[in-house]
Amino acid sequence: MIPEIGHFALIVALLVALTQAILPLWGAQTGNARLIAVARPAAQGQFVFVAIAFGCLAWSFLQNDFSVENVAKNSYSQLPPMYRFTAAWGSHEGSMLLWTLILAFWTTAVSVFSRHLPDDMVARVIGIMGLISIGFLGFLLTTSNPFLRLIPAAPEGNDLNPLLQDPGMVFHPPTLYMGYVGFSVAFAFAIAALLSGKLDAAWARWSRPWTTVAWAFLTTGITMGSWWAYNELGWGGWWFWDPTENASFMPWLAGTALIHSLAVTEKRGAFKAWTVLLALIAFSLSLLGTFLVRSGVLSSVHAFATDPARGAFILGFLAIVIGGSLALFAWRAPRMLTGGRFAWFSREAFLLANNVILLAALGSVLLGTLYPLLMDALGLGKISVGPPYFNSVFVPVMAPALFLLGIGPLTRWKGDSLPDIARRLKWAFAVAVASALLLPLVVAGFKPWASIGVFFAVWIAAGVVVGLRERIRNQRGALVARLAALPRGYWGMQMAHLGLAIGVAGIAIVANYQSERDVRMNVNDHAELAGYTFTFRGHSEYDGPNYRAAKGIVEVSRNGKKLFTLYPEKRIYNASGMAMTEAAIHPDLWRDVYVAMGEPIDDKGAWIIRLFHKPLVNWLWIGGLLMAAGGFMAASDRRYRIALREARAKGAALAGAAA
Amino acid sequence: MKRWLPLILFLVLVGFFAKGLFLNPREVPSPLIGRAAPAFTLPLVGDPARTFSPADMKGRVWLLNVWAPWCVSCRQEHPVLMQIAASGRVPIVGLNWKDKDREAQALLAQRGSPYVAVPDDVSGKVGIDYGVTGTPETYVIDRQGIIRMKHIGPIGPEVWKDKFEPKLKELGA
Repeated sequence: MIPEIGHFALIVALLVALTQAILPLWGAQTGNARLIAVARPAAQGQFVFVAIAFGCLAWSFLQNDFSVENVAKNSYSQLPPMYRFTAAWGSHEGSMLLWTLILAFWTTAVSVFSRHLPDDMVARVIGIMGLISIGFLGFLLTTSNPFLRLIPAAPEGNDLNPLLQDPGMVFHPPTLYMGYVGFSVAFAFAIAALLSGKLDAAWARWSRPWTTVAWAFLTTGITMGSWWAYNELGWGGWWFWDPTENASFMPWLAGTALIHSLAVTEKRGAFKAWTVLLALIAFSLSLLGTFLVRSGVLSSVHAFATDPARGAFILGFLAIVIGGSLALFAWRAPRMLTGGRFAWFSREAFLLANNVILLAALGSVLLGTLYPLLMDALGLGKISVGPPYFNSVFVPVMAPALFLLGIGPLTRWKGDSLPDIARRLKWAFAVAVASALLLPLVVAGFKPWASIGVFFAVWIAAGVVVGLRERIRNQRGALVARLAALPRGYWGMQMAHLGLAIGVAGIAIVANYQSERDVRMNVNDHAELAGYTFTFRGHSEYDGPNYRAAKGIVEVSRNGKKLFTLYPEKRIYNASGMAMTEAAIHPDLWRDVYVAMGEPIDDKGAWIIRLFHKPLVNWLWIGGLLMAAGGFMAASDRRYRIALREARAKGAALAGAAA
Repeated sequence: MKRWLPLILFLVLVGFFAKGLFLNPREVPSPLIGRAAPAFTLPLVGDPARTFSPADMKGRVWLLNVWAPWCVSCRQEHPVLMQIAASGRVPIVGLNWKDKDREAQALLAQRGSPYVAVPDDVSGKVGIDYGVTGTPETYVIDRQGIIRMKHIGPIGPEVWKDKFEPKLKELGA
């Protein structure tokens, strides 16, 4: 019964989405206020029905209803309740339903927080988001119905993929989706502006906080995904350039370019056409990522059997949405007049450079991701593109952006003086060079890329300090009060830039100075790595809720002093028979000590043990989270809250007048 | 013209994607094609006293189907294999791969077995010799014991007609 209610709710949601798309768009085009008024309630109604459907699916998982095919394939009666809930989005069907739910959530958020905007604009935005909802609801109902029954019911489920049985999986997919589905808001604003023909700076002002929030979610999601891979895959790696990772990284690069170019369009009225195009590209890449991951055109670690009907549906949808929006762009582009002249050395010029570099980096990732497909389609053979390509192309492309980032935020709009900037930044530059030169003395050995990375990190961080100092120099009062008085938008930018600096430092150090060993260890054997002594004390076996585990005991000491004991595990999951490695990590701010179980060697308890020493690896995730926090901070800036409060007051006044 | 450029680039990409939908990125050409099928001797599921070895099939064209009870796509191809077995076109040997829970016998008893023999590769080592990347995979082996073709993924009726039938004809089965 419950799954049928969910299925029915999806059908109702599709009908509501049709209403939500057609009536308001028609009303906005013809100036019909009654049709325009349909937009908000329809958006909220659609959200309610998709939420009911999602609730029904989650309920079926929690109740172990193995008469539902999706539950039987992706859950297991002994699975802990938390993972039964997350299994609701562990399958293809469930994750598409989550996608749709989050899209409906964003649409509802627009309907609630848009009272200060003209009604016809809001109607268009909601209508366009409704069109996207139609596509996804249609996709769910025709090719990926999560509520299909299995008759007769399975006595037991196949279990959730053990890789997904990790606390990281509770938050990673929802935050990631909040991010790349969130770009649909900027996309809808851009299309609405193109449709209405009002291509001034207003749409940029309206869509800017939405884009920043979506970007901050995406940043959080990618950071958590990387942390999950590090913990769960047992290889000590944190980024693999897997197509699935690239699918989330490409929208992030486009979104990063977009939040910078939106600033120019809002403040200076320049880059208008370019910003519109970026808004279209950012969301298009989200859709493209969904296609690449779901259709099976690229080989990834995910899903074995894929259904070509699904790929064909998404490709058709992609062609309509992206093709249609790019055609609309081409048609309307001549209306966008370029405004706001600027000199070659100015804030605008730096942000232009930022955009060019980010797009070049995006192009290199896109090419690397699609290259195997292009070669195969042209009959030129099967190849795969791996980390060596991405590292050798992506890193040098991004390096100049890191240098310019130290300068850009200090320059003035329209034009600035180069000698003046050089004078303001000479100390920052000296500190960065000194850090890079001192690095080989502090840590063992000179590695050029590590020193270059540290130079950039310190350079950016010093630029942030210089910026803050100059901002508060002419104010009066206590230091804390002066810092607190700075607008949140400014703080958000500086936090995000500082987060990038921290992340760059982490990457530069861990990539160049990490060490690892695979050792065969008998019970009570010792092994040395990076000054630590590891002693294997054998293993014990125990039964988990849905797996059997061998738990190794590894004592770690330094200079004869015992520091801590690590318990890495090798688990065999009952239902799937899959083996999983649970690494044991002793983290701190300066390094991780990471131990993973390889394979058992003989009956006497000897194992292959993998030992890793990872200096500064946690800086990566600290940096990523600080960047995301900066995004949320900027989106909570006072001017956005004031706009909202004024709209509320106006609404209250109208309500009062009506009463 | 410049403003149409994004659309044109995108349409070119769509063309590639449409082509890509009909390609299988996992279908890596196997280096074993044209070589002798790796030898092994494994006990049979349900009758561990007897064993199976590829040498037993010398002189016949046969299929080695790598499957597992936990594999959902294998269930998808099961009815097709049953039809092939019923037609007597070619004998199928079902390598039971990494079946740690010993479910193969019960499953075959319940759903019917399309196999002439079901060797039990519980450790997955024979699978490694054959370069198995996932289940199901099917090898066509000729009268001299040489691997002639490898198919990755479930066998549907179309795959059977377009891919297996011509190869079997060529080998005179």
